[in-house]
Amino acid sequence: MDFDIVALSRLQFALTALYHFLFVPLTIGLAVILAIMETVYVMTGRTIWRDMTKFWGVLFGINFAMGVATGIVMEFQFGMNWSYYSHYVGDVFGAPLAIEGLMAFFLEASFVGLFFFGWDKLSKVAHLIVTWLVAIGSNFSALWILIANGWMQNPVGAAFNPQTMRMEVTDFAAVLTNPVAQAKFVHTVSAGYTVAAIFVLGVSAWYVLKGRHLQLAKRSMTVAASFGLAASLSVVLLGDESGYLSTEHQKMKVAAIEAMWKTEPAPAAFTAFGFPDQRTRETHFAVHIPMLLGLIGTRSLTTEIPGIDDLVHRAELNIRVGVSAYDALQKIREAGSTDAIPESARTIFEENGHALGYALLLKRYVDDPRKATPEQIAQAALDTVPPVWQLYWSFRIMVGLGMFFILLTATFFVLSARRRLDAHPWLLKVAVFSIPLPWVAAEMGWIVAELGRQPWVIEGVLPTAVAVSNLGAATVLGTIVAFTAIYTVLFVIEMKLMLKAIRKGPTEDPAPPPSAYRAIADPEIAGLPRTSPGA
Amino acid sequence: MILHTLLSYEVLRVIWWLLLGVLLIGFAVMDGFDLGAGMLLPFAGRNDLERRVIINSVGPVWEGNQVWLILGGGAIFAAWPQLYAVSFSGFYIAMFAILVALILRPVAFKFRSKRDDPAWRARWDWTLFFAGFVPSLIFGVAMGNVLRGVPFRFGPDMHIFYDGGFFGLLNPFSLLCGLVSVAMLAMHGAAWLQLKTQGAVADRARLYGSLAAVATIVLYALAGVMLWSFVDGYRVTSTLPADGPSNPMLKTVEVHSSAWFTNYQAQPWLYVVPGLGLVGALLALVGMRARAELMTLLASALSIAGIILSVGVSMFPFILPSSIDPRASLTVFDSSSSHLTLFIMLVVTAVFIPIIVAYTSWVYSVLRGKVDAAAISEDRGHAY
Repeated sequence: MDFDIVALSRLQFALTALYHFLFVPLTIGLAVILAIMETVYVMTGRTIWRDMTKFWGVLFGINFAMGVATGIVMEFQFGMNWSYYSHYVGDVFGAPLAIEGLMAFFLEASFVGLFFFGWDKLSKVAHLIVTWLVAIGSNFSALWILIANGWMQNPVGAAFNPQTMRMEVTDFAAVLTNPVAQAKFVHTVSAGYTVAAIFVLGVSAWYVLKGRHLQLAKRSMTVAASFGLAASLSVVLLGDESGYLSTEHQKMKVAAIEAMWKTEPAPAAFTAFGFPDQRTRETHFAVHIPMLLGLIGTRSLTTEIPGIDDLVHRAELNIRVGVSAYDALQKIREAGSTDAIPESARTIFEENGHALGYALLLKRYVDDPRKATPEQIAQAALDTVPPVWQLYWSFRIMVGLGMFFILLTATFFVLSARRRLDAHPWLLKVAVFSIPLPWVAAEMGWIVAELGRQPWVIEGVLPTAVAVSNLGAATVLGTIVAFTAIYTVLFVIEMKLMLKAIRKGPTEDPAPPPSAYRAIADPEIAGLPRTSPGA
Repeated sequence: MILHTLLSYEVLRVIWWLLLGVLLIGFAVMDGFDLGAGMLLPFAGRNDLERRVIINSVGPVWEGNQVWLILGGGAIFAAWPQLYAVSFSGFYIAMFAILVALILRPVAFKFRSKRDDPAWRARWDWTLFFAGFVPSLIFGVAMGNVLRGVPFRFGPDMHIFYDGGFFGLLNPFSLLCGLVSVAMLAMHGAAWLQLKTQGAVADRARLYGSLAAVATIVLYALAGVMLWSFVDGYRVTSTLPADGPSNPMLKTVEVHSSAWFTNYQAQPWLYVVPGLGLVGALLALVGMRARAELMTLLASALSIAGIILSVGVSMFPFILPSSIDPRASLTVFDSSSSHLTLFIMLVVTAVFIPIIVAYTSWVYSVLRGKVDAAAISEDRGHAY
């Protein structure tokens, strides 16, 4: 059989993570949109804004349940399928996950119930605070997850401990302030806002096309267009920040995204179009834009961006250094007590220990990296090149879509400002058909980030192939099939319920209960004019 | 950072062992009542309105409750990485079954009310039943296997090897522990329902709750007898430095028939802990009969705390013994995170747990009182 346990474990993680991220960005973004809408309600007292909050809240709720359900899988999967990973980096990686639970998810999950159940039980302001706490919780949640993920891309603030055979925290502040994590957080949260904005925009455009709930739909479009414009500008501009950083930390990822096989004199050209060929190491039909890549990647005219071939060569040198570190490590471990460690082994490990991970790249070919042949070392160095054409095209699709989102939201922003949202039905149709596109862009973004990190699970520290649990291939294949089946069924149900809720549209205010006491207490029920659509 | 040396590694490890217990108990007490309510749903609720009352009684809080499990997972990952790595990969199929249940539960809560079709609703009712029953059973079965020892060992570079399958987990003692867990959480779910509902649903909750409390007492006592008579414990036979490196392979361990009772024999006052497990369940039984609603729920929570703690006390300092290579067993003093990580996580926990308890209390106080069946039938103020 073609599949080995590493490929299967990666497939399962990729499927469950990409599936989870269908729900996460909408939760992150829609929570903020709900909070904005309800803020307008509380400030102006106009009930249409409460109706809007409640209506989008229904869609938020359906989506939120799926996000919670699929999120637990992510947390458990590290231990289930990646037990060596969990042992090797749990000391560092576990902390942000636990803090996410303590600081963010608890907040979000505790208050989301009150968001739905609390309309009659809480004062206006108290309910608004609850909604904001849900929004803050979900955004903080993203922060801690991306601190964890950022550490996988740029493992700062930790060192290898030979006694425990794992990475341990040396500087927690460095883990928190990891620049890659910060850039990723802003980029990912902005992406979530864009997803939610275009979702609200598209669904509202459909109502306008159908001539239903016009008041609610147009107001929602105004919120979505302005929020979405800010978000899509941020996601593209701060995506650039993320790219700038990966040239420092993940040169190979950048080289693969650009299919830049050879190092070019600075500033390097940007390949706008082409078909990268990993076997022959060239890009067919390439269309170059001079200097652009060098400018984006290094923000200078003179800094060189290394090409894939050079980076492979550097990796080969690192592997050789890593093997000497591995040899020293074995001597240290064999020594038993600290006093018995040979001085030479200690010195070699101190000097070369940083490259230990590179020796582990050889584990795919040989049990003891010290016994690797030169061919195996050369092959392991070649393995450090991630799959180029997938990265090249995922990246371009993502960026192209990002540009389109700016254009789309800017158009509706202008239309909204001129109060001509319904002037061009074809534009409304474009908005409706654009609903799935931000999801495509978001998933492509994760493919670029995580596929681009291969063959490492922790960049330069731990190769993916070494990190898996020793499970039977049939076992993992079984759970993949089961997850896929359950997720497919749930996806179909979720889509049906979403569409049903959208088709049903916002509910009008329930008839006031025949209670004189409430009628006095609530002027709105006491017969003042209502602004709800169709009322 | 030098601050973390304020607390010794030994003290931090023991604190984190206690916190592990707090998190497990937090999960069992908080999420336990909605798992239990799910198990009782098809029996305590006989028609759609009654079932909606039950679902709405946990509706606003189950999401927050479930975070105790997520937090537990995260905290074990952060503070006890080897425990996380060995148990989650070793119990792979069991974990998968729990995941399926936990995927279906949120969805069932949310999706059930979206269509009026009785067949649709019945399907989600039974989903909620299984999604409550399966994790309750598996957590207990897992606890039983932990007491017996789990077939894992370490390879040369500390790679983990697990030489056992799913069916090995289903031995008589562990299944008995699984039943204790089901009975205990059913009791707790019933205790919640008798507090939050009225009329027929509350009456049935008291009936099933009384049965579950009796079952908890009998099964837990039986499990104790079986543990004494048939289950071997483990004990460390070499030195185990309390501030040593987190490498389980540096000690020696032997299997010993009464080792799981040595802590109790050395400190007889510790018998209070399993005593609470029994007395709590007894009080819950009395409370259900006497309609002391709040006291019943607290007594049931006390019973859960006693039962879970009694396992920890019995095994200390072991956390996860290995049946095929006892040396590899994980203990409090050789499988934790580093000194610095334990300290940082303690600070974060000490800051946030009180905040969490505060706002959770506020949420429950907003939602205090009985679920109003009339309001549900008129669709006022209820989401499910």
